[in-house]
Amino acid sequence: MTIFFVSAISIATVLLYGCIGEIITEKAGHLNLGIPGIMCMGTAGGCLGVSLYMGTLSSPENASWILLILISLLFSMAFAAALGSIYALLTVTLRCNQNITGLAITVFGGGATNFIMSFVDRTYFDPAGKLISSSLPFADNLDGFGKVVFGHGIYVYLAIAVAVVCSIVLNRTRVGLHLRAVGESPATADAAGINVVLYKYVAIISGSAIAGIGGFYYIMDYIKGSWENAATIEAFGWLAIALVIFVLWKPNVAIFGAFLFGACFIVAFVIPDITSTQREIIKMLPYVVTIVVLVLTSIRKKREHQPPASLGLPYFREDR
Amino acid sequence: MKKQTVIELRGITKRFGASIVANKNVSIDVKKGEILSILGENGCGKTTLMNMLAGIYYPDEGTILIRGEEVSIRSPKDAFHYNIGMIHQHFKLIDVFTAAENIVIGTHDDGKYDIKSAKNRIREMSEKYGFHIDLDKKVYEMSVSEKQTVEIVKALYRGADVLILDEPTAVLTPQEIDRLFDVLRAMRENGKSVIIITHKLNEVMEISDRVTVLRKGEHIKTVNTSETNEKELADMMVGQKVTLNIDRPMPENPELRLEVEGLSLMGSEGHLLLDDVSFSAYGGEILGIAGIAGTGQRELLESIAGLHHLQSGRVTYYNPKKDKPITFFHKTFERVMELAGSGMLRYADGRDFTGKDEKGKPLSKKTIRGQVEAGEIFFKEDEVINLREKTPLQIRELGVRFSFVPEDRLGMGLVANMDITDNMMLRSYRRGKSAFVDRKTPEELANDIIESLQVVTPDVHTPVRRLSGGNIQKVLVGREIAAGPRVLMAAYPVRGLDINSSYTIYNLLTDQKKNGVAVIFVGEDLDVLLSLCDRILVLAGGKVMGTVDARKAKKEEIGLMMMGTALEDIEKQEGGSL
Repeated sequence: MTIFFVSAISIATVLLYGCIGEIITEKAGHLNLGIPGIMCMGTAGGCLGVSLYMGTLSSPENASWILLILISLLFSMAFAAALGSIYALLTVTLRCNQNITGLAITVFGGGATNFIMSFVDRTYFDPAGKLISSSLPFADNLDGFGKVVFGHGIYVYLAIAVAVVCSIVLNRTRVGLHLRAVGESPATADAAGINVVLYKYVAIISGSAIAGIGGFYYIMDYIKGSWENAATIEAFGWLAIALVIFVLWKPNVAIFGAFLFGACFIVAFVIPDITSTQREIIKMLPYVVTIVVLVLTSIRKKREHQPPASLGLPYFREDR
Repeated sequence: MKKQTVIELRGITKRFGASIVANKNVSIDVKKGEILSILGENGCGKTTLMNMLAGIYYPDEGTILIRGEEVSIRSPKDAFHYNIGMIHQHFKLIDVFTAAENIVIGTHDDGKYDIKSAKNRIREMSEKYGFHIDLDKKVYEMSVSEKQTVEIVKALYRGADVLILDEPTAVLTPQEIDRLFDVLRAMRENGKSVIIITHKLNEVMEISDRVTVLRKGEHIKTVNTSETNEKELADMMVGQKVTLNIDRPMPENPELRLEVEGLSLMGSEGHLLLDDVSFSAYGGEILGIAGIAGTGQRELLESIAGLHHLQSGRVTYYNPKKDKPITFFHKTFERVMELAGSGMLRYADGRDFTGKDEKGKPLSKKTIRGQVEAGEIFFKEDEVINLREKTPLQIRELGVRFSFVPEDRLGMGLVANMDITDNMMLRSYRRGKSAFVDRKTPEELANDIIESLQVVTPDVHTPVRRLSGGNIQKVLVGREIAAGPRVLMAAYPVRGLDINSSYTIYNLLTDQKKNGVAVIFVGEDLDVLLSLCDRILVLAGGKVMGTVDARKAKKEEIGLMMMGTALEDIEKQEGGSL
């Protein structure tokens, strides 16, 4: 049972990073379907960072936990942000269709990641993965409930912290108010003197950076540095986008939503004696739940539960 | 004492693309503590000119001076910096935010975000100018007038000294307009400058100190309101003498065309949008529908057109078919048999057509089809058609000739991104049996409409969204009239149109009336309703307050009914006071 909860929380963490990143982006009025590709890119960046850092060491035992975390964080965020800024440039400044741009970014991100990973030196991924996923010092000897709550690597707690901070920023601060205004009605925000373009860029790029961490976390922490291809991370990316709808664009709700999705995903692997057909059906649950939530919210029509009003629409001030 | 000049525009020119000149060498000035009206027809560049003060557009030529200093307003933010606030025609508010949140967005006072102290400041200001505002109400729950109040407070909260209002009275009731004008006067007393963009002459006369008239992007003249009159302003506005009278012939042989009985419609929130509405419309007359905005006019027309699922009630159409041959133009074979069954049809020689031959043997489908197509079968009486629970398509297939000019021109009436020809085809795409649509006829129709209604457009292939409001409306009304309706329903057909376009539309409606069409006209300007219509039905809260004779009714009477007093009660009161 413990292993089920621990795994569910791990998957939830991957989804939570992606989901928070997408929420921030969507709050600025941009539906970023490039999130799966951006999460892949974050993976590639983080892995490259780990590889470069480990390469400078004489022996993997000398690796510093804090340096490894910081470098991998920095690299994964930077790579994801770089891809995110291409999306931002295309959709904000050049006003390309957001859906098509997003899909292109996803395809590109997946391919680029496979390419980068093909030459990254993965010799020390195993010890690095162990170090990154090592739990907090006092939690080493816990079991049962203690292990479920405290037995994770730092990245899990960082995800929750990001979600909480994001929720506070969106709902309690002027910046959050302005960002929501940009996503609801850029013309209004513009007329109110808010720098719409700046807000959009910052939201898209920072959202991408956050999403990027998710992919890296999956590779380095959850599966401890083994690598096959970008497809799994892409799948998580789509699930993260579905999660955004499921939690009705609320970052604090996303913490629980992500756990639920993670549990749905992992339950298929822990139930003994089921066929692969049954497993695939169970893995579809999150998507079914998302569709149900979409139907319910659109029936209830409560305005607060709708997506940002200008989601997906380009904004040009002098458009008549 | 001479008033201080706050804003001066010198030689402003603004172009859109190479060919469209929105403003040409315009110079105006605004003084402290005055209300200035910018008057002009639609598309004359009033809004564009003011948008350059608000930082939405940037002038191509000319200079803007604020308190004598030359400035460059590149964004709305710059406009706030110079204390200019603009209230746009389409409110720039965020629906899911509260009034208070909408008011504070974009401000940066004190650095920290403190909505409580902001609310206190807003309350103080509201008392000073006499606003009524609920700061915690979400915008989507507000009426138009409340939203406008939020917009004004928003501008003042940012410290606006110059307030620009774009067509502020277009959607308000007379009472709300009075309240708005009181607020504006209070602002004038406090030394603020107010600029009102409008094309309503009576309001110009009532509220403003000076009037600037624009025509086709050029500044015609600025005059003191006290030294002019409506007629003179109207002449300046349109550049030629216009008559403000609408031709209204008496209805000739009015025939019952449409009957609505006990119609009720439930809204999505579970309250009645229309409550037991009954009325009749006659061919050859214009029935006006008056009421404050959003009191069920739109829903009523849409219900008749078959766009809603009715709670109860009947809609009956009387098709003047007596002694006319039945055709397959729209009717299905089943409908012909149904009519035959109810004894509605006869042969030219007077024998009943029952779908059977003399021996009582049913005729073959082919024979009947042949007879109908040869025009051998006639109606005995006018056809009575029940329209309840019919879709617009079914209604059309029954041969009911409805035309509907909806309130929402570019939403329901026309497709904004399609050109004029394609929009004509929305009504004709089902014609013909070929797999390919006929584009030639609609294009001819489009050219006809452009010519006869003087639609200003580069050509028939211009997307309608590029046209100005008046021209869009001409295209829509032109198409609906070209369909040869027997019932023409028009909701706010002149909303946002200038005087000339408005009169074109009024004349079109009157022409239809002369042709025996039953015209149903939903209007907002009582003066127009009183001088255009034959009878006026007044709605309030989804209920019929009464129907009055437009030639005899008084404006005050209709005003009272719009506010929810039934006609009978008004008559009783008048009887009592006599």
